[in-house]
Amino acid sequence: MAGSRSLLDEALPTLGKALLIEDCVETSGGFLLHHLVKRFLLCDRPVILVAFANTFSHYDRILRKLGCNLAAPRDKNRFVFVDMLDPQLQVGNSGGTDGSADGDVGFSLYERICKAVRSISTEKNSVAILVDDLSLMEVACKGSVDDVIDFLHHCHTLIAESDCSFVFLNHHDIYSSMERPSLMLYLEYMADVLLRVEPLATGSAVDVHGQLTVLNRGVHDVAGTSRSKFQNFHYRVKENGIECFYPGSRG
Amino acid sequence: MAAAAAPTLTRPRVSSFSRSTQLSGLSIPLPPGIRTGPNSTAFVSSGIPTLDAILGGGYCLGSLVMVMEDPDAPHHMLLLRSFMSQGIVHDQPLLYASPAEEPRRFLGTLPSPACSTADKSPRRDREEDKGLRIAWQYKKYFDETHQSISSRKDNEIEYSSDFDLRKPLQRQFISGRKIECISILKNSDLAAFHDRCGVFLNQHARKEGSILGACRISIQSFCAPQCEYFNQEWQVLSFLRSLRSMVKSSNSVAVLTFSPSLLPPSSLKRWQHLADILISVRAIPDDDKDMAKLLTGYQDMVGLLNIHKIARPNVQVPFILDATMFSMKLQKRKYLIMECLNQAPVDGSGGSSYAASGTGSCSSASKTGPLDF
Repeated sequence: MAGSRSLLDEALPTLGKALLIEDCVETSGGFLLHHLVKRFLLCDRPVILVAFANTFSHYDRILRKLGCNLAAPRDKNRFVFVDMLDPQLQVGNSGGTDGSADGDVGFSLYERICKAVRSISTEKNSVAILVDDLSLMEVACKGSVDDVIDFLHHCHTLIAESDCSFVFLNHHDIYSSMERPSLMLYLEYMADVLLRVEPLATGSAVDVHGQLTVLNRGVHDVAGTSRSKFQNFHYRVKENGIECFYPGSRG
Repeated sequence: MAAAAAPTLTRPRVSSFSRSTQLSGLSIPLPPGIRTGPNSTAFVSSGIPTLDAILGGGYCLGSLVMVMEDPDAPHHMLLLRSFMSQGIVHDQPLLYASPAEEPRRFLGTLPSPACSTADKSPRRDREEDKGLRIAWQYKKYFDETHQSISSRKDNEIEYSSDFDLRKPLQRQFISGRKIECISILKNSDLAAFHDRCGVFLNQHARKEGSILGACRISIQSFCAPQCEYFNQEWQVLSFLRSLRSMVKSSNSVAVLTFSPSLLPPSSLKRWQHLADILISVRAIPDDDKDMAKLLTGYQDMVGLLNIHKIARPNVQVPFILDATMFSMKLQKRKYLIMECLNQAPVDGSGGSSYAASGTGSCSSASKTGPLDF
């Protein structure tokens, strides 16, 4: 278990500044997000989780099974949960149909993140910010891709200013039928590390849940030249971790 | 699942292996029609016992269930009717929305639960006897769905009823119950409907710490072209997102049917991502002789049901089914059941899978390849 777990960690030696997780309807990439939250917290880095998709108790229960308690770092102000699922907090709900108030979703979220970063950042460790997931943020912005891209652009400045790391989860199958999916193109351009989760072509199985592609950009080799590193695994999600293995290496 | 968060925060962590059954751990008795599951989840019945067994207990509280309709057949209505009837039988508040002018009329078409136990108890007894003889490992080869339901305790048998599709629900069930019917035909935007759902859930849904019972929302043909909001793609998506979060926070269940062919592809994918449970139904042609040769009990089948996605709260391990396609059958021309597709024995062939047998008669007549096992 320990050896197989390190296969994914080996593929992600440094977590980079901008990670993009892409998944689809058949296979959810949420497990990678949980794994990264755990890894950030174990490195003693402050974490901000922006949740459009699930409630706190959902993440809390999963992370506890992974051996990581969210309540303790939350009490110590090392973990901030931004609940975007709460109907009270949904900007641009039923009333605001003309789009006037909706443009603020991205910006108000950015302001909340900035505030949280200021409150929890330490001089020693940089803050990690995870967003689950961006397609729902697009819905919250009433389909205004520009607003989401503006938000991402602001986040990019935060990487430079405060040395933060970002992890975005998005669904690649939504954009597969589009001719020029500007949001996805921007995200893929921005990301240092790209993790793509796909189902097996032969369908789902109990012992292999899908395949994972890891693309590390800007890896410097011995000669000092920069290139991309591409790895492909099969994985199985367990309650207490992820088991990764090379295709065909399991009997 | 906000209620579930409170005890977990205050209590120190004991062990990651401890089974946390928050709902059963409380001293509050569960209202009828709710069953607890693993990982602090709770289920309500879909109204079809065999479908409950396939889904691992029923529809999880706090989930948005989407049913993709077949454009040529109203099979989704069977699922919707069973779901609504089951809610009414358990006296759970129900909100029904449809693009019809008078949606209340639909209540007259709901099926009635099989009235006397005399009709179904022999069937269950028989199955229970069989279950005693067969080792548990082999249950799955042996009509698993009925087994698991029938072996429940007595009080849980009422969790899901068999509905007689030929008998309409008696008036006594409908009158005096908390049932709201809404027409979404004339809604120019979804704000009014959204507010109505919010008020309904606020009135009836369970509050934190106390269980008042689960609410059921059923929405039929949500994106029908005759609805005025039909073209407002983002408003509809925003409504769905909002409905999903309302359902999650109030621990209710919403079942929504829609026609996938009416949506643009990217929008369809967004809808599917918003669903916690995604099911599609499909009619089968009456006189497909190749299919009739291939599958046993083809003449009893009314359609096919495909389960695309089951997302569970509080757990990251995906829920993997043995099969994703099931046949919808009418048992005794009364009860709707879901069954695994059973392949008919074919002379001289070890059998090829249903999906691989696209060539129809060719595969059933000829021998399969040497790699067949």
